[in-house]
Amino acid sequence: MTATAPPAGDRTGRPDERLLHTSPWRKLLGRPELGSVVGAAAVFLFFSVVADAFLRTSSLGTVLYAASTIGIMAVPVALLMIGGEFDLSAGVLVTSSALVSSMFSYQMTANVWVGVLVSLLVTLAIGAFNGVMLVRTRLPSFIITLGTFLMLTGMNLGLTKLISGTVSTKTVADMEGFPAAKAVFASFTVGGVDVRTTILWWIGLVAVATWILLRTRFGNWIFAVGGGAGAARAVGVPVSRTKILLYTGVAFCAWISGQHLLFSFDVVQSGEGVGNELIYIIAAVIGGCLITGGYGSAIGSAVGAFIFGMTSKGIVYAQWNPDWFTFFLGAMLLLAALLNAWVRKRAEATA
Amino acid sequence: MRAIGAVLAAVLGASLAGCSATGGKRAEEARRTAEAQGRAAVDTPRWTFAMVTHSGDGDTFWDIVQKGARQAAAKDNIHFLYAHSDEAQQQSQLVQTYIDQKVDGLIVTLAKPEAMKDVVAKATRAGIPVITVNSGSAESRAYGALTHIGQDETVAGEAVGDELDRRGRKKALCVLHEQGNVGHEQRCSGAAKTFGGDLRNLYVDGTNMPDVRAAIEAKLQTDPSIDAVVTLGAPFADAAVQAKRTAGSEAEIDTFDLNAKVAAGLKAGDLGFAVDQQPYLQGYEAVDLLWLYRYNADVLGGGRPVLTGPQIITGKDAAELQEYTQRGTR
Repeated sequence: MTATAPPAGDRTGRPDERLLHTSPWRKLLGRPELGSVVGAAAVFLFFSVVADAFLRTSSLGTVLYAASTIGIMAVPVALLMIGGEFDLSAGVLVTSSALVSSMFSYQMTANVWVGVLVSLLVTLAIGAFNGVMLVRTRLPSFIITLGTFLMLTGMNLGLTKLISGTVSTKTVADMEGFPAAKAVFASFTVGGVDVRTTILWWIGLVAVATWILLRTRFGNWIFAVGGGAGAARAVGVPVSRTKILLYTGVAFCAWISGQHLLFSFDVVQSGEGVGNELIYIIAAVIGGCLITGGYGSAIGSAVGAFIFGMTSKGIVYAQWNPDWFTFFLGAMLLLAALLNAWVRKRAEATA
Repeated sequence: MRAIGAVLAAVLGASLAGCSATGGKRAEEARRTAEAQGRAAVDTPRWTFAMVTHSGDGDTFWDIVQKGARQAAAKDNIHFLYAHSDEAQQQSQLVQTYIDQKVDGLIVTLAKPEAMKDVVAKATRAGIPVITVNSGSAESRAYGALTHIGQDETVAGEAVGDELDRRGRKKALCVLHEQGNVGHEQRCSGAAKTFGGDLRNLYVDGTNMPDVRAAIEAKLQTDPSIDAVVTLGAPFADAAVQAKRTAGSEAEIDTFDLNAKVAAGLKAGDLGFAVDQQPYLQGYEAVDLLWLYRYNADVLGGGRPVLTGPQIITGKDAAELQEYTQRGTR
């Protein structure tokens, strides 16, 4: 841009910039999730002021629960986006996973854990299918997963009607293993307090994903694949394997969410989940993931999910006109994203 | 100064004289304020009642339910809140948010009953009276609700089957616009039970009107022997009428629920009959009964659902109802 740019510093006696010591403050400013954390704080403050009921413990519990149901899926979707791909089938895959589990247990009159395991295998297979199709055909992930999205939507309804005779599955609440599965996937009571396990799953997933991204070779591969698949392949990164694993990661989390749906409500509606895939992507993007890949974080996706949970429930606590609900939701999200971008720009300027 | 005053007065006078005494926006506004400003007729404290439905965005039917509820809320000095989501998980979370806000009464729909079981139990544990409306007559009592106000969907479906028989129909199509709604399934299966001919289900995406129209059109084109189409919501009847025209079919279009267009269609003969469940009544009664319970511990229905339908409406009744559908209360 400017003609007076200083020459590269190799002959000035300064050490290599990669070895320079960076202060913790600068390190913090360089993190992808920083902007979203500021956005989350702003949204939190805002609803604390405008909604009386927002700061109650039970309300915060509801908000956290709502965030966790999005957050569990936002984590793998964020990893996938860092790896440079999309998954439009993630929303209905959750429903598929729940349906498989429920119908298998019911039809075979088996312990519900058998259904849970069968569902895990089927869901992982669908995820792997997405990945293999993508790698083999080299078509955009948008097209491949759009196909699986539509096929799964149809299969969810078609198979459920065929097997159960109605659009929802039959209840599995009275079957063996249900209480244990409910404790694992839905909620358990400790000392009179209802603990929602999705929140624990969410925290665990964020921790594992952060560790993978920042501390393991596979994490490096994800960044490399998303940054530039060709270059990554040239330096020996197994691009295909990385992408397939990322899709199975999405499937694994879809399995957790699906089992949560099943064991918290006993019954699964076959037509649900459509549109949720966008919410996961939104959470990841608000959390600092670039749509083009190669940049982002798992913690950011959690913050994004939290912003989404706070906004969607905060509007109800604030008792705003429900006709405008999605407008407010969109406006809040846009503001959060703008704040995010602004903070990051400032951070880059000072760094 | 005086001259300016005189000119102003003249202009004002002219504009007043030039007013239309009838119709126009002013008449609409006057009517609306008269309607909406139903002042509280009671001196009970200002309680807060919340309603959570399984409606999608921008649904005419639920707009009418809300109008009824708001009318009763104005009369009973109630602060009325409304929220909706067509995803079961979201709907149960919305109910939870109102429990968190410690509202004084809850009105919920049980279109996806199992998903609402826990939150409804939570509400009753928290001492919040719950009334279920519209869907869930079978589960309402078991879940601890005071009473249920609505239409028994199976009974309504059976009424449709009988009516189709009376009209000599042989092959009918049941158009479902909300996948997974148990009440809709009951309507179609109820109709199939009493209908002497053949009845098939067709699933469409209710939030995408062109898609609804195209789906019905395609079905009518592939099977010209279909002589009746039953839609499960008023807005879809019009889509079916259009689909029938483009497909060149002779099928009779019948529908569940009512709106201005359906009333006009019945009058004009485009539609055979409509099955109304009086949504206004569902909203109005729900708020009113919650008020009665709060004020006087009154419960209506004796442990059984309070039915607001089915009411079969044909071209003969349509003229009278057209006025009410136009103002959006039927």
